[in-house]
Amino acid sequence: MKATDIAAPDYFHKVVDCQWACPAHTPVPEYIRLIAAGRYSDAYMINWRSNVFPGILGRTCDRPCEPACRRVRVEDEPVAICRLKRVAADYKDDVTRRMPQPAAVKNGKRIALIGAGPASLTVARDLAPLGYTCVVYDGDKRAGGMMRSQIPKFRLPDSVIDEETGFVLNLGVEFRAGTRVESMAALLAEDYDIVVVGSGAPRGRDLDIPGRKEAAGNIHIGIDWLSSVSFDHIHGIGKRVIVLGGGNTAMDCCRSARRLGGEDVKVVVRSGFDEMKASPWEKEDAAREGIPIHNFLVPKEFKHDGGKLTGVLFEKVKAEFDAKGRRKLVPSGEPDVLFECDDVLVAVGQENAFPWIERDAGIAFDDHGMPVVDKVTFQSSNPKVFFAGDAAFGPKNIIWAVAHGHEVAVSIDKLLHGEDIAQRPLPAVTVVNQKMGIHEWSYKNEVVLDERYAVPHQDNATALSSIKAEVELGFDAKLALAEAGRCLNCDVETVFSAPLCIECDACVDVCPMDSITFTENGDEEDLRGRLRAPALNLAQDIYVADGLKTGRIMAKDEDVCLHCGLCAERCPTGAWDMNKFYLEVTHAGPACR
Amino acid sequence: MTYLAKPKFHHPSLPKNEIGFTRRDYEASTSTLCAGCGHDSISASIIEACFELSIEPHRVAKISGIGCSSKTPDYFLGASHGFNSVHGRMPSVLTGANLANRELIYLGVSGDGDSASIGFGQFAHSVRRAVNMTYIVENNGVYGLTKGQFSATADRGSKSKKGALNSDSSIDLVAIALQLGATFVARSFSGDKGQLVPLIKAAIAHKGAAFIDVISPCIAFNNHAGSTKSLDYVREHNEAVNALDIMVGRDPITVNYAPGKVAAVTQHDGSVLNLRKLNDEYDPHDRLAAMNFLQRHAAQGQIVTGLLYVEADADDLHSNLDTVETPLNQLDTAALCPGASALDKINASLR
Repeated sequence: MKATDIAAPDYFHKVVDCQWACPAHTPVPEYIRLIAAGRYSDAYMINWRSNVFPGILGRTCDRPCEPACRRVRVEDEPVAICRLKRVAADYKDDVTRRMPQPAAVKNGKRIALIGAGPASLTVARDLAPLGYTCVVYDGDKRAGGMMRSQIPKFRLPDSVIDEETGFVLNLGVEFRAGTRVESMAALLAEDYDIVVVGSGAPRGRDLDIPGRKEAAGNIHIGIDWLSSVSFDHIHGIGKRVIVLGGGNTAMDCCRSARRLGGEDVKVVVRSGFDEMKASPWEKEDAAREGIPIHNFLVPKEFKHDGGKLTGVLFEKVKAEFDAKGRRKLVPSGEPDVLFECDDVLVAVGQENAFPWIERDAGIAFDDHGMPVVDKVTFQSSNPKVFFAGDAAFGPKNIIWAVAHGHEVAVSIDKLLHGEDIAQRPLPAVTVVNQKMGIHEWSYKNEVVLDERYAVPHQDNATALSSIKAEVELGFDAKLALAEAGRCLNCDVETVFSAPLCIECDACVDVCPMDSITFTENGDEEDLRGRLRAPALNLAQDIYVADGLKTGRIMAKDEDVCLHCGLCAERCPTGAWDMNKFYLEVTHAGPACR
Repeated sequence: MTYLAKPKFHHPSLPKNEIGFTRRDYEASTSTLCAGCGHDSISASIIEACFELSIEPHRVAKISGIGCSSKTPDYFLGASHGFNSVHGRMPSVLTGANLANRELIYLGVSGDGDSASIGFGQFAHSVRRAVNMTYIVENNGVYGLTKGQFSATADRGSKSKKGALNSDSSIDLVAIALQLGATFVARSFSGDKGQLVPLIKAAIAHKGAAFIDVISPCIAFNNHAGSTKSLDYVREHNEAVNALDIMVGRDPITVNYAPGKVAAVTQHDGSVLNLRKLNDEYDPHDRLAAMNFLQRHAAQGQIVTGLLYVEADADDLHSNLDTVETPLNQLDTAALCPGASALDKINASLR
């Protein structure tokens, strides 16, 4: 294998699996370390720079970081990264003065942002301090978009949304509340240099099966129903409720229904339990509240009695796999099942809807009615129009919307400075030695064997008594410290210098995970099989260094390295070193041009 | 030296041996030796060997004297018996323990100071008495604990870290062991586990006095230019006479060496040593030739490593003395003190 180029920013970034998996590349281990040190405000600000909504995401993030967490590979359960993020938000001091100031001098460029959700607000957060005039339009009276309208208050209180959207709006952003953009053409005719569409995927899919029209009075589209609940338009629901769908919206629907008077609430899903799109913890939360989930049932007909919904008829199916391993749901041959109910919530998916964008506005749409958007620059075929968040590529989640927002801001900043937006600047990276004394490192390298700590929950009786009572209580400082101690500090990288190595084997002997091997070189496949522990996880790199006296190479499998630093402590010559890697994604501004 | 204990986490696919233990189960407390010490590599090799042989740790008695090397039994086989004796007295303590209970596996760990100076006589007598043991000398040619004086195994003409020349002749423990009748004599290098681990396994399987001299560079005081026991010097002057596979009623263990001639040696316990010859002329069954070969190469400045001599069907002290097979602590009073009539019988046989 060729020697690894550790100067390439991606190499060490990939070793920090959580940060690599996070669409916004939040420096997770860094903020967890700060939480352990009780520096909550510092932890919050690091989060804020990359993901903009630490308090919101600390409660609602889809947490792609957690399945990636190294702890999963050595112990099964990841560090509770998401809930630690909430700790930073819960215990921070007043951070107002640490926020950027509104630009003293405007640069004369005007940006229209459609929708006051995470995508638009992220663009505004990056551009407003640089002098851009950012105007945010939203049909609702308060900012937040789907974070406010679709996420139940028992998961995300309004106060948190107010604070964090406020941080952005206070950067000198103009917020045109209650102003729905009805025409792209009209907006383009105004004196905006750029228009950003961050309007989300606001249309819930319907279910067109017999009885839908007749029983319409008791059949509700999930996301619309959730926003009606959020805005206090709806205060009750029937006693027997069926929620159709297996995603996170379905989980929010069933739990909301439980709180609004639903006594017999059940979720019915076409697929099996394991294939459901809902995050495992959301399924757990529903189960904790006594909501059963029925699988492999396909809705066939809404039963009604003269227009009054009486139940839903389901066909039983089973999963079959074809030669290519694709799953198909086929009738099981068993008799149909009827579930009686008073109301149905349909949460079978979301889709984008752009009736307000004229098809002659210079924006190309594909066959599915989606705008044609560049995956890197987020520019549409109209160079002045960018799409971000769910509006760009369909429904994902908040953290993806934030990541898009940062990229759009970079595109706009470059474009309005006459630069090629396809040329994307590299992130800022620092790699710094962490040695403080002979046996002292600036990070806690003693690996604890603790299992994941559970987040305390409100008791069911209290939680179910109100639609607004927050269910999760969050970690207290003591639990947060214990959970933070589980982080393996993957951002403190093992850096090897071949010219210093005397090949004494000390690192090999002391490595608890058998990650280090000194051996003859070979191609990757051959080498992976010959390491001290065969490197079977192909998603994880082998770190190769050549130039050793004996002509062998050092090969380190990055897979399950604990970053305990014992190799560096045992190394008599300092050939191994522990260097803290810090990566900050490119933000719009002079540095990216 | 590290202050942190090695985390208990281990590689998720760490293999288990026949008795269900992983290699990590043969570890013990964290080493307090200097970072990079060759002795730590030897400890790791002992761990590897015992794991591969599927030895139950409680069947091992590890005995040592005083010095850096003699501290090491604290760093491997935490669940075995241990005795850290007086400087240079490891061989007598080991011999006594062995006579009292021959069912244990005896691992004597010593250093060049411990065995070639104060314990030289003890070393000699345990070897000539054919005590069934694996006697490992962790040989760095220097007194590391007292900051770098020459030891008795330092080569004449070699230089100390401060630049002083050694004017004394050195003691070659391998040559002495050969002369004293050790039935398994090997030399290896802490920086070559591929060679050392099978040698330790073979020595443990050997019935009789097995001696392994392991050159173990002292990184702090004897790893400089001018030293003949530095990592670089040993690598450059290493003359390996053979490579070893050992099979103890199990599938062959694959080694990385290019195939050459193979000589199979079946030992007392049925284990088979497969010697791959690297040096065509070398015959490990000929004690005289081994002594000659060793001296000739030493004169050329080469360090001969590998299994230098083995006597496959060697006897041990117990067979020579015709002692009882049962460990003494398992015998009852009647067997231990058979009384006057038994004494009379013995006396009569001597008349």
